[in-house]
Formats: sequence, C-alpha cells, structure tokens
Amino acid sequence: MRLLEHQAKDLFAGYGIRLLEGRVCPTIEGAREAARELGYPLVIKSQVPVGGRGKAGGIQKCASADELELKFPQVLGMTIKGERTRTVLLEKAAEISSELYVAIMLNRGRRTYTVIASSEGGVEIESVKGQTIRDVGLGGADAATCAEVASAIGLGGEAAASFASTLASLSSLAMEKEAELAEINPLAVLADGSMVALDGKVITDDNSAFRHEELQKYREASELEDRAAARGFSLVEMDGDVAVVGNGAGLVMSTFDMLTDSGGRPSCFLDVGGGATVESVYEAMELIGKMRRTRAILVNLYGGIVRTTTVATALLKAYGDGTIKVPTFARLKGAESEKAREMLDGSRVEMFGTVEEAIGAAVKGARRR
Amino acid sequence: MIDILGILCGKEGEAGHGKRPVVVQGMTGTFGSRHTRLMRDYGTNIAAGVTPGKGGGDLDGIPLYDTAGEAIAATGAEIVANFVPARHFLASAREALEAGARLLVAIPEHVPVRDTLEVVELAGSRDALVIGPNTPGVMVPGTIKVGIMPASPFAPGDIAVLSKSGTLLYEISDNLTQAGFGQRITLGIGGDPVNGMRLVDAFDMVRGIDGLRGVVIVGEIGGDAEETLAQRIIETGFDRPVVAYIAGRAAPKEKRMGHAGAIVYGNYGSAESKVNMFTKANVPVARRPAEVPVLLKGKMRG
Repeated sequence: MRLLEHQAKDLFAGYGIRLLEGRVCPTIEGAREAARELGYPLVIKSQVPVGGRGKAGGIQKCASADELELKFPQVLGMTIKGERTRTVLLEKAAEISSELYVAIMLNRGRRTYTVIASSEGGVEIESVKGQTIRDVGLGGADAATCAEVASAIGLGGEAAASFASTLASLSSLAMEKEAELAEINPLAVLADGSMVALDGKVITDDNSAFRHEELQKYREASELEDRAAARGFSLVEMDGDVAVVGNGAGLVMSTFDMLTDSGGRPSCFLDVGGGATVESVYEAMELIGKMRRTRAILVNLYGGIVRTTTVATALLKAYGDGTIKVPTFARLKGAESEKAREMLDGSRVEMFGTVEEAIGAAVKGARRR
Repeated sequence: MIDILGILCGKEGEAGHGKRPVVVQGMTGTFGSRHTRLMRDYGTNIAAGVTPGKGGGDLDGIPLYDTAGEAIAATGAEIVANFVPARHFLASAREALEAGARLLVAIPEHVPVRDTLEVVELAGSRDALVIGPNTPGVMVPGTIKVGIMPASPFAPGDIAVLSKSGTLLYEISDNLTQAGFGQRITLGIGGDPVNGMRLVDAFDMVRGIDGLRGVVIVGEIGGDAEETLAQRIIETGFDRPVVAYIAGRAAPKEKRMGHAGAIVYGNYGSAESKVNMFTKANVPVARRPAEVPVLLKGKMRG
C-alpha cells in the first residue's frame, strides 16, 4: 500500500519526526477554517499516490484568503497521472535554507534494507549524483550508522545530530511497520537549523497487513478493488474498453501487452489466480459487469489444473442472469477444451485456438459496439 | 557450483536415481494434499508429510509427522516442499532448514517480505537453497516434479527454462515442447519482491549442466533481476543460446500487476530497462510467448 503524504506524515509524527503544522481538508469550508488557524502564507498540496505533483501544479503557495479561494478548488479535483485529488493538505509555509534527501528501502537484489541519503533533496533521487548508500541488514540503521551517514553527506554539529535522529526514527518506522520504502524528500533545514519532513512517502507490504491492523485506516482502495482482494484476485483498473482476465499475473500481463500492441485499450487487469472455480470466474464477471466502460471481455486461461469446462460453466451462468452483457473473446487452453467449446457454441463467448486470434477479435469487437 | 540436478535426481547410474525422497510440509491441507497426489503420480518419491498434530497418521499411505525434524530424520530427505499458509510460512521454513533441508521449495503466495528475508538469511548461513516463495516449483521433466505445475506442458529435453511467473512458465514451456524443445530443468523463482533463489543464482546453477543446449528466461517488470542476469552473461560469457521474454511492457507505473514484485518505480523495474540490458547481452527478447521457440531456433542456427 502506498500511503498518501498526509498519511505518511501521520506515521512520522508518531516516531517524533518533525513536521510543519498542517491540516487535511477535503472541502473548501474545511480549508477556510484550517487557514484561519494556521495563518498565511501556506501551501496547499494535492494528496495523490503518485510523484510529480509539483510539476503538475498540484502544489500551490497561498499568501492570502483570496488566493486560497482561487487555488484550493483548482487543486481539489485535479487529476494527476490518472489519480484524482480527493483531499488536500494545507501546511504552513516555512523559510527553508537547504533541502536534504533520506530514505530507507527494501533492497530486492541484495536482500537487505538500504539507507540512501544525499545533501541534494527536493528532486528525483535518480537524478542526484552524490548519493550515500549503506546496506544496514535486517535490523535497520543503528545509531553509529545514522551518525556516519550524516557525516558522509557533509553535515556537522547540531545539523548532523538532527539528521541522525531523523534517520533513526525513519528506520524504526520502516522496521516496525514493515515498509518497503520510507522516504523523506525533501528533509528541509529551516532558517533556525531545525529539520522538518516537507514531504513523505511510505510504501507498506500488503502481505504483512494481517499483523498491522493499525495501518488499515489508511487503505483507500475502490469498492471493486476491495471486492477483488477479498476474493484473492488482483485487479488494476484502467481507462480503456477491453477487460483482460486470466489466471496468473505473468499470463495476464502478457495478454495485456499483446492487446496494447494490437491497438486495444485495456479497461482492467484481472488475475483470478491459479485455482479458478465456477464461483471465482463468475465473481470475476460480476466485477467486470460493474465496469461500465468495458465493451469486450478478453479471457486468456491456461488451465493446467483448472478445467476449461469450469470456466465455460461460469461464463454461461454470467450471461444467463445478465451479469455481463458485452461479448467475450476467449482462449481457453487445457483439460476438456473441446467440451468447453461445445458448451459455449451459440453463446456470446467466442473461442479461439490462440491468444493472438482472441485479441484480434476482441479489438474489433470493442470497436463494433 | 551447486549441483541442483544431483539434489533433485541423485547421481546418474546409481541406485535411487530419480527417486530422491521429498518431504511435504502442509500435506493434509486442500492444496497440499491435491498437489502431493499430483507430484506422486508424476513419479516424485513423496516420502513423508508434516502436519502438526497429525503425526502417526498418513495420506494415501504416506506417513505423517508432527515436525519437519522427525520427517527428515525418518526419511533422510534433503528436499522439502512447503505448502504451509503464508502467515505460518516463516516458522515452518525455519523448522525445515534447522532440521537440515538442503532444498526448500516454498509454494505459498502472500508471504510477508520480512519473513522471506529472514528465511533467506537462515538458508544462507546453512548453505541451503530456497526456491520461492510464490513459486510454481522446480521440475526435471520425466523424472521429478516438486511443485504445483501441471505435467502436460513439459517434456524431457535439453533446454533450461527459468521464470518469475507460473502460468507463463507453463505457456512458454508448452510452446517450446510443441516446437520440439524439451526441457532439462524448469523452475520458477517466484513473483515476490525478494526471492530465495534469484534469477542470476538459477542461471549460475544451470549453466554448467552437461549437454544443455539453451536457456530461456521468462521475466517480468519489477526489480532488477533480469538486468543483473544480463550483466552476468556479459561479464562471464556464455556460449549457448539464451532467449528471453519480458511480461508487463504495457503495464502502468507504480501499480502492482498481480505479483507482489511486479511493480515499476520510475525506470527501476521497467520493461525497457530489462530489454535494453538483454539486448546488450546479445539475448533476443520475444514480443509474444509464441515467439520464444522461433527466436531460440534462430539463435541455434547462429
């Protein structure tokens, strides 16, 4: 789960990481009240789970109540990289003397946690040359490492102590919350020498959610995504018109790629997992039936152990009761596929021997309607 | 170098070749029992099962033990297949490794990455191999299957197939089999962010197999396993054909595409980055699964 900035900062506060005073405002009324409490100048920040908000105009400075009236409605509702702004964070503006970068992340290749720090913050870390990188094992960054990293990025005196303490807190957070990434970019040094987290990015491990009840309040999945997750499916919604369904993440990704190569536009990525049953495939069709933009369904199942007749039964049931109304183009490979073909003869499911043929027909099918 | 075929099959020509004992953890669950039978039907010697509280019982005559320690002691098994639910994986994997398992095949999906890290560290300190988690398993077609892959796509032969994905492993092996390329060994490293055996480890393990005629890599977006492997091929050279396929070219950034590990941040984990590195390593990348055997044939002709 990728936390929104204000959620990440909520966690930071619990670990003693310093922040600017701020309020979360989903409405203009709330923003007016928050502005009265905080005072001007302040910054309004779009809360979307993607990078590049500043460039897209999702972060705006307000010097007066008039500016707030003008800019707040522009930011609220703004869509950035496909993510709509549902809420806005108002923060007091501050005099910043410099910006640093600090993060602790799961290092997939080296199978350890790794600290990354730099004296150049506020930009994408990939573009920064002078990075300090330290592998810290499975226990996180200890006090000595935190101090050493502070000195490696050129800090001394009180600044070094503040930085080391921030890094230690960030590391504890990452370990205790099982985060794949905990990042402060930028970590701002204020005129008085204190350090505050101007932005925050935390990505937690969905697979450890069962032992982190306290993080579930941050979950903001759509209703369909929640239903899919409850079924053990994996669903990513897109804005095209062909629903891509299959068993196994790799196979569905592959189908998704080939559909896109053929000029088709996916309305979703739906992986129903390895053990497809009549119930699970029917439920997948229910989810698709609720996505109004879908004009064709592309099913690619490699049934090693799953019977294709099971899938055929589920599809017939979904058409029979009106759960789905758009045509299905299917490639069902595996046990009993001849029988499945007979079952589906005369239905709205067209069967193909190869996925390439099914894709070609699905692209045409979506255009035809 | 680790002799994976030796662990899986034993020494060629010696007694017991192809009948190496396997212990199954979580054998009496719905999933575990179903696949235990399928593995046994394939010819795998399932010597014992482990389910706490069911020691002394059996499944189709396969004896059950309460702990991995007892099962390993009774059978001498070096191979353990783990079918335990994700939230109990860490404890069961630790038990198997501490009892002396040399190869742990970790089937469960949704294992917390923190738990995987601990299992990988423990395995490293004991010189044991972990395949997975979230793997379909490992197979020497015609001899032994440890995992959940269906039998039908595979045929004995002399190609190694290494995959991040389960169903794509089946799909592409099926394509290879139909084109006349059987497989010497196929294995899934798993779709999680952290894998016990990395793609590059799997490659190093199979590259020296006698008579191997080629390697097929089935990658997907996320992480840098493919880039690391391509780098290894560039640095060490490899004189046999290698062909790759990468799933997820059209996937949006910062979205998990079904697998916990299949996510792109910026350029990190992107398909372009992987394809570029494979191209530098002179490894052609197929655009579709069906193209894999075509490219392999092309490489073999030179």
